[in-house]
Amino acid sequence: MPQTVFAPWDDPTAKPLIRFSNVTKQFGDFTAVRNLTLDIYEHEFFALLGPSGCGKTTMMRMLAGFEDPSSGQIELAGQDIVPVPPNKRAVNMMFQSYALFPHLNVWDNIAFGLRRAAMPKDALRARVEEMLKLTRLERFARRKPHQISGGQRQRVALARSLAKAPRLLLLDEPMGALDKKLRQDTQFELMDIQEKTGTTFVIVTHDQEEAMTVASRVAVMDEGELIQVATPSAIYEAPNCVYVADFIGDVNIIEGAVHPCGPTCYKLHWAESFAPLVASSEQPFATAQKAFLAIRPEKMHISAEPPAGAENTIQGRVHDIAYLGNISTYHVEVAGGRMLKAQAANTRRIENRGFTWDDQVWLSWASNAGVLLEA
Amino acid sequence: MRLSGFNITSLTLGFAFLYLPMVILVVYSFNESRLVTVWTGFSTRWYGELLNNQAFLDAAWVTFKVAALSSTLATVLGTLAAYALVRGGRFAGRTLFSGMIYAPLVMPEVITGLSLLLLFIGIGLERGVLTIVLAHTTFSMCYVSVVVSSRLVTFDRSLEEAALDLGCSPWSAFRLVTLPIIAPAVISGWLLAFTLSLDDLVIASFTTGPSATTLPIKIFSAVRLGVSPEINALSTLMIAIVTLGVIVASLISKQKFVQQQQRERQIDNRTR
Repeated sequence: MPQTVFAPWDDPTAKPLIRFSNVTKQFGDFTAVRNLTLDIYEHEFFALLGPSGCGKTTMMRMLAGFEDPSSGQIELAGQDIVPVPPNKRAVNMMFQSYALFPHLNVWDNIAFGLRRAAMPKDALRARVEEMLKLTRLERFARRKPHQISGGQRQRVALARSLAKAPRLLLLDEPMGALDKKLRQDTQFELMDIQEKTGTTFVIVTHDQEEAMTVASRVAVMDEGELIQVATPSAIYEAPNCVYVADFIGDVNIIEGAVHPCGPTCYKLHWAESFAPLVASSEQPFATAQKAFLAIRPEKMHISAEPPAGAENTIQGRVHDIAYLGNISTYHVEVAGGRMLKAQAANTRRIENRGFTWDDQVWLSWASNAGVLLEA
Repeated sequence: MRLSGFNITSLTLGFAFLYLPMVILVVYSFNESRLVTVWTGFSTRWYGELLNNQAFLDAAWVTFKVAALSSTLATVLGTLAAYALVRGGRFAGRTLFSGMIYAPLVMPEVITGLSLLLLFIGIGLERGVLTIVLAHTTFSMCYVSVVVSSRLVTFDRSLEEAALDLGCSPWSAFRLVTLPIIAPAVISGWLLAFTLSLDDLVIASFTTGPSATTLPIKIFSAVRLGVSPEINALSTLMIAIVTLGVIVASLISKQKFVQQQQRERQIDNRTR
């Protein structure tokens, strides 16, 4: 059986479920969302990622109907939803504070939306039981929200927002109130539930790890604009600008001037009296253009001896070591006091490591390990 | 903590200052003598006479009716006003409106009473139970709105948004989510309005007519002719009712608190 890759965004004939067209939202003088155009497809798990105040929550609230765009159009399944009030939209939202009704028990919280839709009693009971089962809350159905733990509350909020089988589920920082361990478990649970129900999820988060874990595509936002919209691996491996490279994960940025040395090969002159660095790039650069080379620390190799046959090597001195158990991050001081980070798996016991603080080391990497970015 | 001599003295003085007059009143309500200031022996005769005094019973009934009606009306109006002011966003004149809602709190009662009297005469409304109810609603609704709006300010707005999101119209979101959650504030607003109406003398005497005499008016006019032991008995009954109410209310809230603690302990044990 051929494996079909889920990538409707690459299919020009695919119809998006949600379409933002030139949407702008202003609050007084402040522009929260600036002339933004975006398509989100059915069954996607779409993450809006950015620092606080970047407009991601405003986007979500416009989808839910709590804010109207100042200009532009928002379509859901081909229909303009801007004039539709929130209670008439086939969109449900899971709130950051969960917003569980404190005077109702878990069962009635989940049934709340179904009752508003005047669902027949038997069907309603079946649907609530199904949701309780999906979120493993059967034992807590009769409890009030203040009588259950934070993780359970989070699942009630999810069950309640999924109960009406919305076309689109919005999740506003759904894991913000959970501790790290629980958050990781919940992320996988969330992906599982998304797959089971086939609902389109749009998640807002400022946690890049969370966005990378759960999402089929990530939109990195800053100051009301989309900086890059791509799959998590593309965002990580091929960021389109320094902002994205820096925002997602750890990265070394080396500034310099590029000189072409082949069709997709460039030499980056980064420090006087040091050999230029070789980097490949599909994107063309002019001669002597200013550019940044972005390399992830784990793609840099660190060794005590000069490596043989490496395309790029820089000598330096170990300034600091962050020991994280499975891996260590080495801060290496190179020419001109510049600091580069290299990551290595701790495959040997720590006392067998070949180098330590203040030792001379060599950093090396392949020409295709990094990305050349325009300044 | 051990109480020093100074603390004991100040505590005794403070409580004596607060409660001595009431204690004297209660004690003398059981006095046999017709003379209020001369103790001749224990008796419950004034309570018996009070129950046969139709004028007092009528006044008590009027007072209760006025208090129940005006506090209910004030609660509805005050809650709506609080909701509009807290949730209405920044509509034009919001500051003016919220200032105007709170103004009656500091307005001298004489002025409120007089202006209402002028209004009722002006529109030709016959003074009686209705006019007292309207007058009491006017001044007690601002107390209700203060109590309710202080609760609404701390109310998590996303609860209402969640209700809208799940298919509620704005009205049903208010009815099904907001109102049950702010109910304690609404109830205490009602109780406050009820008490205010119960003991109001000034505004009631401005707006009443010959057909409606409330208990405070009745007591005040009776006292002007000399304090009778009946009044002592009546006041003692009122103190008893209020005390009973306070005790019952605190018992209920304490019981709820204990129950909740027990439930939480059970959950802790189960999840452990």
